[in-house]
Amino acid sequence: MKIDRLSRPATVVAIGALSLTLAACGSDNAVGGATASGSPDTEEVSTLSGQLEGAGASSQESAMQAWIAGFQSSNPDVSVAYDPVGSGGGRTQFLEGGTQFAGSDAALDEEELAQAAERCVSGEAAELPLYISPIAVIFSLEGIDSLNMSPATIAGIFDQKITTWNAPEIAAENPDVELPDQPITPVNRSDESGTTENFTEYLSATAPEAWPHEPSGDWPVSGGQSAQGTSGVVQTVTDGDGTIGYADASKAGSLGTVAVKVGEAYVPYSPEAAAAVVDASPRAEGRPDSSLVVELDRTTTADGAYPLVLVSYSLACTEYDDPADAELVKAFLGYVASEEGQTAAAEAAGAAPISDALRAEVEAVVESIA
Amino acid sequence: MSSSTPRLVRTAQSDPVPPAADRADPTGPADAAGPTTPRTTPNENGDPGRTGTRARPDVAGRLFAMTATGAGATILVVLAAVAVFLVLRAWPAMTASAEELSEGIQWFPEGQTLLGFVGPLIFGTVLAAVIALVIAVPLAVGIALFTSHYAPRRIASGLGYVVDLLAAIPSVVYGLWGVVWLAPRLYPVWTWLADNLGWIPLFAGPASQPPRTVMTVGVVLAVMILPIITAVSREVFLQTPRLHEEAALALGATRWEMVRMAVLPFGRSGLISASMLGLGRALGETMAVLMILSPGFTYAFELLQAGRHQTIAANIANQFPEANPLGVSTLIATGLALFVITLAVNMAARWVVSRRKDFSGAN
Repeated sequence: MKIDRLSRPATVVAIGALSLTLAACGSDNAVGGATASGSPDTEEVSTLSGQLEGAGASSQESAMQAWIAGFQSSNPDVSVAYDPVGSGGGRTQFLEGGTQFAGSDAALDEEELAQAAERCVSGEAAELPLYISPIAVIFSLEGIDSLNMSPATIAGIFDQKITTWNAPEIAAENPDVELPDQPITPVNRSDESGTTENFTEYLSATAPEAWPHEPSGDWPVSGGQSAQGTSGVVQTVTDGDGTIGYADASKAGSLGTVAVKVGEAYVPYSPEAAAAVVDASPRAEGRPDSSLVVELDRTTTADGAYPLVLVSYSLACTEYDDPADAELVKAFLGYVASEEGQTAAAEAAGAAPISDALRAEVEAVVESIA
Repeated sequence: MSSSTPRLVRTAQSDPVPPAADRADPTGPADAAGPTTPRTTPNENGDPGRTGTRARPDVAGRLFAMTATGAGATILVVLAAVAVFLVLRAWPAMTASAEELSEGIQWFPEGQTLLGFVGPLIFGTVLAAVIALVIAVPLAVGIALFTSHYAPRRIASGLGYVVDLLAAIPSVVYGLWGVVWLAPRLYPVWTWLADNLGWIPLFAGPASQPPRTVMTVGVVLAVMILPIITAVSREVFLQTPRLHEEAALALGATRWEMVRMAVLPFGRSGLISASMLGLGRALGETMAVLMILSPGFTYAFELLQAGRHQTIAANIANQFPEANPLGVSTLIATGLALFVITLAVNMAARWVVSRRKDFSGAN
């Protein structure tokens, strides 16, 4: 209505003024950024504005949606977009400067770290393990909700060596359960996935004799049942009788789950147990200080740790060409790492919230982004 | 008696218009009136007042001709564009060595050439489509004959309507239905087949459970292609010259003998093209296969075992999201293979139809 009444030159002036105001907003933040950084308080009215773009791992997608929604509700002028193109594509786009941050199931390799040093002006790459998702071994067996299994048993089942539910290997670990004389149907992902990669990594680290295959995002054993996507696997396991599969723990639903053997105890999946293994694992060495890459200790014997997890990183720079970018990334990652952000991911995607110790480390890195 | 049959046929062929007009057959009047209408109407009725009309170029007619030619050419351009796109984008994969492929693509089978990779996929695609055809064609012919020659008119039109409705259901719905509802119900049938007919290699057991097998896929695909085959063959059967049918009945044929002697020979070429249309849909079907089949890459004939087969279209949909550039190129190369198969199938169908038409009575 207003614009209708304005003459054309006036409109141009108005638009020009508007864009000036917007630009001023951006620089304002750059100057007074210290107040708006870290974990943004919902009470405070945010003055941040601009566009933040990321791309990468599809595993983070549902958590990312929750984060974006949560972040935008307290920063209404910021638009955040995340394109789940896959980890490799996300890293490439980030390193080429196409996006301000990336999600990746794998850490940067040496070559990529060198590229990152270039992309990040005089800073370094920041790699933050902000998405920890436990993988559950799920099964459908009438009347049985939980089974104990050692990594070697799981490997034997998925390598199609242990073929019946009452096989001695399973029976020995579950003396109290009456196991049926029924064939085992293992179900795997038919598409390439981070879940498969972490699962095979776990098997080959903990049961190298029983699992002769290389860790890979593509399932190495042929001839079994398989389905596309987490929901496909869950559906297939549910439909069958005597089926067993692996999937994001958040999607396990009412299916039976396996408690895996860690040390001498059997640990059922839980978010706390998943976060515990990340804490118990050492950091990868020879990387910049801002890179919190976890060398997941799959063979850990730590009490109550569940080593079958997928850790996905948020990649960013500690320094950006454009201070406005730095401000946005800082605020966004600050929110993601905050208790609120981690709870949102737990609710939306069943992720395991990071521990306070890890959060302190992450926050120190986020604080250094400039 | 022996001389009367050819005479009857000759009468029917020399005088094809009355029965066609009787039925309000769309092709009959169009053929008769089509070429002449545009030329006569504007001159005689369109501009009666003007004197110079005859010398004027027929603008509307020429415009129409150009539009029609353009529309016809578009289809060729699109086809060529698709072919060029497929070849260009598949080129990196086609020129890559076996090592490069298995190095660069995680899901590429170790030590396999591109052909070795595409082979089982082609096999799976064709196998699923053939199972679907084997199930769907007899059923479709039955439905079409029932609606065209057996059912009372009211039931026939209702049934035809329902069959046409089946064609409007999206394939993802068929996929969901197949995987959630149908598959669990088919499992007892497959176990029965494996137990009782297991000595036939096709049905060798044990039947996989859940039955995410090529056989289940074939059944769902059959349901999906049923409407198109039924609709086309029903139309073809309806066009059997009434005189042929009446002649057969007059000679003392029962209704089944009439169908066998007059309707089926007449409709054979139409039935073949209907089947090919169905085959085309079955070959390219993606979503339903993706949701139902547990994929595997072998040349296995065990229809009841999971993890043995995969189709090209479903494989592309499955691997595309996480594929790197070389992987995408490989997938497009498999798409090129599907394109070639579909072309070959269609050309074979045309050849069969053209070979048959001389003695089918269709012309």
